Amino acid sequence: MKRAPVSLQSETKLIFELSRQGRIGMDLPPTPDHLPDPDLPADLIRNSPLRLPEVSENVAVRHYVNLSTRNHHIDKDFYPLGSCTMKYNPKINDELAAHVGFAALSPLQSVATTQGALQMIHDLSQALLEVTGMDDITLQPAAGAQGEFTALLMFRAYHIKKEGTPRKRIIIPDSAHGTNPASIVIAGYDVTQLPSDTSGLMDIEALRANLSNDVAGLMITNPNTLGLFESHIKEIIDLVHSVGGLVYMDGANLNALMGIARPGDMGFDACHMNLHKTFSTPHGGGGPGSGPVAVKKHLAPFLPIPVIKSENGKYDIEWDRADSIGSVHSYFGNFGMLVRALAYIRSMGGDGLKAISENAIINANYLRKKLSPTYKLHCDRPCMHEVVLSGNNQKAKGVRTTDIAKRLLDYGIHPPTVYFPLIVPECLMIEPTESESRETLDEFVEVMLKIDQEAGENPEILKTAPHNTPIRRLDEAGAARNLNIRYFKDK
Amino acid sequence: MNVPGDLLYTKDHEWIKVENGLAIVGITEFAQGELGDVVFVQLPSIGQSAKQGEAFGTIEAVKAVADLYAPISGEIVEVNTVLNDAPETINREPYGAGWIVKIKPSNLDAEAKPLLNPAAYTDHTSA
Repeated sequence: MKRAPVSLQSETKLIFELSRQGRIGMDLPPTPDHLPDPDLPADLIRNSPLRLPEVSENVAVRHYVNLSTRNHHIDKDFYPLGSCTMKYNPKINDELAAHVGFAALSPLQSVATTQGALQMIHDLSQALLEVTGMDDITLQPAAGAQGEFTALLMFRAYHIKKEGTPRKRIIIPDSAHGTNPASIVIAGYDVTQLPSDTSGLMDIEALRANLSNDVAGLMITNPNTLGLFESHIKEIIDLVHSVGGLVYMDGANLNALMGIARPGDMGFDACHMNLHKTFSTPHGGGGPGSGPVAVKKHLAPFLPIPVIKSENGKYDIEWDRADSIGSVHSYFGNFGMLVRALAYIRSMGGDGLKAISENAIINANYLRKKLSPTYKLHCDRPCMHEVVLSGNNQKAKGVRTTDIAKRLLDYGIHPPTVYFPLIVPECLMIEPTESESRETLDEFVEVMLKIDQEAGENPEILKTAPHNTPIRRLDEAGAARNLNIRYFKDK
Repeated sequence: MNVPGDLLYTKDHEWIKVENGLAIVGITEFAQGELGDVVFVQLPSIGQSAKQGEAFGTIEAVKAVADLYAPISGEIVEVNTVLNDAPETINREPYGAGWIVKIKPSNLDAEAKPLLNPAAYTDHTSA
């Protein structure tokens, strides 16, 4: 018998294993007799057929629908993953991005036939500049980390142009996202990491002691990864500027600031924003991402090419910019995401964006108040859009934060970010976003309190969690030690 | 918690054992427990010099990557190549087969002074 009673924990086959030779889901036009000569070295030209799975349309659809039910996603349930802003993605965004006037365009068409698309890019750029208080922008970077890298290349170009050399070091706090030091190293700088002060903010005295004229800049997240607003941000920026350095805001946490405070007004020279966080484009498997970088006037000459010019209501594309760092992505980045972000901004309007940030902050503080009697608060003061707890109270009962995270899966909730920021022991970083109702937040609190109770009464149930998911606890260490992500048909 | 009496410790959770003029260096049982399953150890090259308090390698666990700090200065004379294929040895035997490097000390007497004895290290981890 091929079928067994259905269980969520049954194995799912790969689509390649469903393949049957000759089975097709779609008629394709016949291959032309003469294909253009692909100007490639002979050893790079494929001489066997592509090994694609051969399945009918309904088998393909069922395969992916079934997979989607085994995955956790924002359309299914709560997803409070800190620093990731897993807000609901309104469906109208997708509807507009799929509009034939956007979806069927080619970036190689003449500008006379793509005025609407260019206007869309222009309008989104203007809206993002208004939110950030900056002067100019590139929409090319495909994610936040690429945005960081792009900005650091501009910092290099700026110092080379101004001083003849790129300078040496970039400073980060020890609460920085891991992408910050990675971007710094890839951009050719040395990393100087400074400890945070006892209140979880940048240590100004440590900063002062580490500033010199070999500092190219500072990268800082605001609000920072502890969910706290860097209240001395102006002083910090002035200090870095006083030695000729530039200051970059990692915009991962921009969802706390819209309509309330602007990086440009704080004095930042550059910042990125994640359209897949703050501006409701898909995130976490549903991407691709988009990480535009906004800059002040003095960095504008170094922006990636191409840029859009507008004159008397006509839009044109400009490629010839002598000081540009070049392109970091083809054309204008992940175009479909830009349409979705503009749809979101236009749906919400200025007041709506402000209400989003306010509600994101209120939701995080609601969870802070409800959870902090049971879970240890890392910094006992109001937070911004996310709250950082420590699992140390539960560690004393014999379970670790990992076990709490796995147990949440049994209750149908995606775990928060865990073990980050690195400076918080047994860290749980919770970002509810503005999308969630009070009822959802209350259910989450109830589950978290129940898990704490289980930790005392039956720690084994946490240590062996998850129990109800399609796959039980994974061997994460084994996966990291023996990484194997390729499929071989013949093995 | 296991804190062997014949070793010296750093606040960064490394241990050293001086034997036949060489300092064997590893991380403590406490450190491996905090890190969780070790998945990769970046070892220095033989002949490289180590400076007290400065990083000589990195250790990567599922949760985080951490620097390995030299408890004393000197020349790296041996590295534990077992860790290349079996980094989990550090989790299993942090004080034995999971040692990381051997250093030929250049200034042992002076540099040993700030290191922690077993009682002081035990206090440090329970603080």
